[in-house]
Amino acid sequence: MNETKAIIEALIFASETPLAEEKIAAILKEQGIERQDVRACIEELAATYRERQGGFILQEVAGGYQFRTRPELALWIGKLKTTRPAALTAAAMETLAIVAYRQPVVKAEVDRLRGVDTGRPLRTLLERKLVRILGRKDVPGKPMIYGTTKKFLEVFGLKDLSELPTLGELKDLMA
Amino acid sequence: MDYEVKLDIFEGPLDLLLYLIKKNELDIYDIPIALVTRQYLEYIELLKSLNLDLAGEYLVLAATLIHIKSKMLLPEPAETGEEEEDPRRELVQQLLEYQAFKNASQSLQSRHLLERDVFPRGGMTVVEGAPPAEPAWIEVSLYELVDAFRQVLAKLSPPERMEIDIDRTSLADRMHEILERLHGERSLTFAELLGERRERRLVVVNFLALLELVRQRLIRIFQAGPFGVIRIFLAVDDEHE
Repeated sequence: MNETKAIIEALIFASETPLAEEKIAAILKEQGIERQDVRACIEELAATYRERQGGFILQEVAGGYQFRTRPELALWIGKLKTTRPAALTAAAMETLAIVAYRQPVVKAEVDRLRGVDTGRPLRTLLERKLVRILGRKDVPGKPMIYGTTKKFLEVFGLKDLSELPTLGELKDLMA
Repeated sequence: MDYEVKLDIFEGPLDLLLYLIKKNELDIYDIPIALVTRQYLEYIELLKSLNLDLAGEYLVLAATLIHIKSKMLLPEPAETGEEEEDPRRELVQQLLEYQAFKNASQSLQSRHLLERDVFPRGGMTVVEGAPPAEPAWIEVSLYELVDAFRQVLAKLSPPERMEIDIDRTSLADRMHEILERLHGERSLTFAELLGERRERRLVVVNFLALLELVRQRLIRIFQAGPFGVIRIFLAVDDEHE
């Protein structure tokens, strides 16, 4: 393995959160390494881990890169008795989906779409840092505007918001 | 009864309506409004009889359904050549929109979630003790639970003469009892837990205890496939928030 690849691997390994390509590039710039070479090295690394079929892979997520275990191995990790975050309730998940697709969005709109008050699920999502307050809308009452966080991308394994699966065509929904 | 249970696991009136449409295999574009309204109201009545704190929105939708039903009973004005708008249109639109987001939330859930399916380096604290057994069941929805409860109630003999000397068991007592039984027997079916009590009041208290335990994430309820047997497990491995 060439030295550049080794450095990049070490940087990603040592980083607690997904490490952005720009950060890696900024560090390697002193070495006179070009941005496109960084990109190529990351891609080669990712391919290496994919082909290796080992315990983990290099995944692009939330605007950066992170080592993560392979999903096929989840069952085994479940056998390690660990403390894990409780699953979100269906109400919280629906609220999260609406915020994700409709952001920036006010609570009244989320309430309308779900047909019920979403105060509690919204609070849960704020506590879990999946949703954040973006600001206040400039209309009477100045309601708060909500959007998703970087942690939302991390938890759901999305590179960015454009990777959200498209909302299905309305007419196909009752299948 | 002097208790009230507040639950936020209800997903709202639209969700209940969609559930009824699916359960009856109805066409969402041509909802038989009389049938759906009747079933919806029955449901609301049952939930109210349990003293469940029902969000006002459930009643708003009930009123909307009745309003639509009454409109559909009126004869269509024959003379105008214009098409009269289907009174169900707005509701259908709302249901479709809601369904779109419900699907989106399910597709989000089916992704490889961090700390459920995939794990980053570190970040996990390993706890001492035996690994939890993973049941190959699907987690049950609240509506299915209420349906199962209805079946148990229906099987009860008609109310006997009223007895004033009622059992003073509290909700907390029932919750403890259920947890204790689960510690001993690992899992119980829904019918085992509720059906053996022949008294309506006890069945109701047991059911409420069950709901409260789910809310506190002390137990998990699974079903062996759609409309299958419902089984209750301890949630020892999930109690950490």
